[in-house]
Amino acid sequence: MEEQKPGCARPTGARLGQPAEKKVLTGEPEEESMVTARVGMKAPDFDAPAYFKGGFTQVKLSDFAGKWVMICFYPGDFTFV
Amino acid sequence: MSAVAANYNKLQELGVEVISISVDSQFVHKIWNDQELNKMVGHDVPFPMASDGAGQVGKVYGVYDENAGVELRGRFLIDPDGVIQAMEVLTPPVGRKLDETIRQVKAFQHVRKHKGAEVCPAGWEPGKKTLKPGPALVGKVWQEWDPKKDH
Repeated sequence: MEEQKPGCARPTGARLGQPAEKKVLTGEPEEESMVTARVGMKAPDFDAPAYFKGGFTQVKLSDFAGKWVMICFYPGDFTFV
Repeated sequence: MSAVAANYNKLQELGVEVISISVDSQFVHKIWNDQELNKMVGHDVPFPMASDGAGQVGKVYGVYDENAGVELRGRFLIDPDGVIQAMEVLTPPVGRKLDETIRQVKAFQHVRKHKGAEVCPAGWEPGKKTLKPGPALVGKVWQEWDPKKDH
């Protein structure tokens, strides 16, 4: 995880790797799900800015290869649960 | 999140790294840590708090609520090969139970250690009976495992 200089532009998390291929339009309504996470499948890699022990860093899932990882999504800071 | 931070040592003992993610910026994460979490936990949050402002990561994991612009409570357990072994997704008003995650980590680590030769039935905890899948077990689980006792 490399140290990041905080700037005014707000960076955000991004998916890494191949985005789903665009389907050729067939006239059918497009029903494209971005979800690729499923048990038994490779966890989608991502890269996101983070706060960690007093500094700002980037966190990349693939940097944790070889380790068990728990990812916890939650609705928001300062929420009540 | 505070429950995970407060019991982080239990996860570290099992070799589990933690990443938390919400749509808040890393700057807000810092203030939440400084103003509230470290008071609840007794120390700073010991794992990276990632920011997913546009919900791009949450969308891929199926936990981004487009209408509310926030992420649901989604917990994903990933093994050393990068494979998702478990996931749990809750709507916002109810929190997770870390002990259940820890139980699952122990069970998945047990299965991995035995290369799948032993599997963990419902409610398994270390020390409890595992099952050995194979032709001899077909139709005989009832002799090996009691769901009224071990669940």
